[in-house]
Amino acid sequence: MIDRLRAPIFFALVAGALLWTGLNQSWNTALVIFNMGLISAVMSLGVNLQWGIAGLLNVGIMGFVALGGLAAVLIAMPPVKEAWNAGGGAILLGLAIGAASIAIAATAYRRMHKGLLRGLALVVILVGGFYLTRIIATPAIKAVEAINPASTGYLGGLGWPVLIAWPVGGLMAAGAAWVIGKTALGLRSDYLAIATLGISEIIIAVLKNEDWLSRGVKNVIGIPRPLPYEVDLQKDAGFIEQAASLGLDPVTASTLYVKLGYGILFAVVLLILLWLAQNALNSPWGRMMRAIRDNEVAARAMGKNVTARHLQIFVLGSAICGIAGAMMTTLDAQLTPSSYQPLRYTFLIWVMVIVGGSGNNLGAVLGGFLVWFLWVQVEPFGQFLMGVITSPLSDGSFLKEHLQAGAAHMRLLTMGLFLLLMLRFNPKGLIPEK
Amino acid sequence: MDTLNALVAFSNFVAIPAVAYGSQLALGALGVTLVYGVLRFSNFAHGDTMAFGAMIVVLLTWLLQSWGVSLGPLPTALLALPVGIIVTAGLLVATDQLVYRFYRKHKSPPVIFLIVSLGVMFIMNGLVRFVIGPGDQRFFDGQRFIVSVREFKAMTGLREGLAIKTTQGLTVVTAVIVVAVLFWFLNKTRTGKSMRAYSDNEDLALLSGINPERVVLVTWLIVAALATVAGALYGLDKSFKPFVYFQLLLPVFASAIVGGLGNPVGAIAGGFVIAFSEVTVTYAWKKVLVYALPDQWEPSGLMQLLTTDYKFAVSFVILVIVLLFRPTGLFRGKAL
Repeated sequence: MIDRLRAPIFFALVAGALLWTGLNQSWNTALVIFNMGLISAVMSLGVNLQWGIAGLLNVGIMGFVALGGLAAVLIAMPPVKEAWNAGGGAILLGLAIGAASIAIAATAYRRMHKGLLRGLALVVILVGGFYLTRIIATPAIKAVEAINPASTGYLGGLGWPVLIAWPVGGLMAAGAAWVIGKTALGLRSDYLAIATLGISEIIIAVLKNEDWLSRGVKNVIGIPRPLPYEVDLQKDAGFIEQAASLGLDPVTASTLYVKLGYGILFAVVLLILLWLAQNALNSPWGRMMRAIRDNEVAARAMGKNVTARHLQIFVLGSAICGIAGAMMTTLDAQLTPSSYQPLRYTFLIWVMVIVGGSGNNLGAVLGGFLVWFLWVQVEPFGQFLMGVITSPLSDGSFLKEHLQAGAAHMRLLTMGLFLLLMLRFNPKGLIPEK
Repeated sequence: MDTLNALVAFSNFVAIPAVAYGSQLALGALGVTLVYGVLRFSNFAHGDTMAFGAMIVVLLTWLLQSWGVSLGPLPTALLALPVGIIVTAGLLVATDQLVYRFYRKHKSPPVIFLIVSLGVMFIMNGLVRFVIGPGDQRFFDGQRFIVSVREFKAMTGLREGLAIKTTQGLTVVTAVIVVAVLFWFLNKTRTGKSMRAYSDNEDLALLSGINPERVVLVTWLIVAALATVAGALYGLDKSFKPFVYFQLLLPVFASAIVGGLGNPVGAIAGGFVIAFSEVTVTYAWKKVLVYALPDQWEPSGLMQLLTTDYKFAVSFVILVIVLLFRPTGLFRGKAL
């Protein structure tokens, strides 16, 4: 009885917390938290698929999220014509050569017999391919980056509607996950964790340094929106009238309208994914996955191809993270590679999954909302608490200033504590797997 | 003469930095590998343990400096090192008692340990940032160079100079001492032997009366020493910044895996493999090649394979290659 009521109770709690925020702080804040909560829920749904259902450790969520963000740039930003003329083709050719040399090397490895000759051939193919790529692409990259570096200096995107970027972001993350899965799955479970940690750092390094692709640390700003801009809404007579009939002034009404619009878009994605995930979990496929997780040896003995199934679910889960990443960049309307921090985009998602209930999709969604809410609210609360604690100290004293400055880092501590306490006393999470 | 110049340039920009960095990685990887060998999980909190240890050393160094204590040409941090090790050991033992012991009793699978170590990482990271802040801290003092470029040029009359920083020399010397003591301990003492036995075959070790809790305790003490020394040396050589230690996790794990997880000799070899590859791939070779090649072959570009921003990529690629072709590492892993 209690178990059946758990999910509604906890979700009502989160809704109550958001309402409280809306009433006490502002509805804008509440909607901002709600929207990021939706995105976090999508991310933790993806991770839950990997960890909760298949028992795979992905410590590189940040990388897949960032790839989704890159997709938003590549799809939605207008193309930079001069840059394409200056060297777009050459860069693509260089990349194609690089990819081809890896493919040729892989074929050579498979076709040739083991021995010195094969090693030599591999070295020649790979080193040659690398140099050819560099020779062709480097001048083109310089030319592209030299074009109006203050505002562009990159190739731009395709100029398509940004919503297309969401599935594309998923596909890009899936591609990266496939490469990682191919190498690290089937080995010891820790290896996947370390390999994903590595790939995520590399993806971020590429975003930070390849200016022709993502403008690097200069950031891409002003990614086109799927929704109208507030300024335009405030000029629209019909909108002002409607706002007035609801008793709102146009400025507040327009910001709420846009945020609510994002909320609806994200909620649709979340609901579709949740529906798919629930069906997958209860299908024969889902049972097989859990069987593999619970006893790999037995599943293998029953003729299941464990490595292939693991690869499948790893790719699917990462794709969901990619979709979430594209959604997030759409919401921010900018890509800032330096804002991707592993503690925020990898380990916080882990806290969400574990706290919510690994293996239960609803639990993961709940964790996404709840942990995100806490993550946002712990900081002001920590500052308030620190203010109370330090109030007996004299103003301007070293200790007081130090403690107050440190309050910002309290949330890392809180989250870690949260995770450890949950693992220790309630390892199945708030909404446990059935 | 040109060959000599090339050799000096090579030593100055590649060999010496790589040896120092390799020693730091080796010390870090030894810590990871010991935890893996005895406690059987990949400790993701190791980077932040290094940061914590280094932080204690930094704070004590500042205290000593404010008292006017100095070691002359050597950095004051050396005096702070033993206390730093003791404090870090206290933290690790407390963590083990409060956190890991429960899962050990319940015989949880290694993945659970790994996730628990993520939680520990969060807490240590928050702790370090809370105490010392996220910024860059300098705590090096004493003489900067053992051999400076000008002295070397005056001494040899070569066009290229060679500099050896005190911290680099110190890193290598300390690493050699630490590793020698560690191997003596593991191979010659009773406790060390019982650790190896426990790592090799837990059941057999328990049958022969080895106390597992004692083995675990000793392991954490050693790991604390290794992590503090590695963290402090890295901080002295570069600078102390909490976030950087988290990023060291990847090369450290790569070193341990390349050498073979659980194998101390492998961890050292892995550290140097990763360090040398990282430095050679991201170094601009033009300077060396100008001397080494005949004039008409002089390279036009910088001859740099990858920019230093991609140094993670190097450890990662080596890691992937090892995972693909020799997943147990260069020195068969899993045996202390």
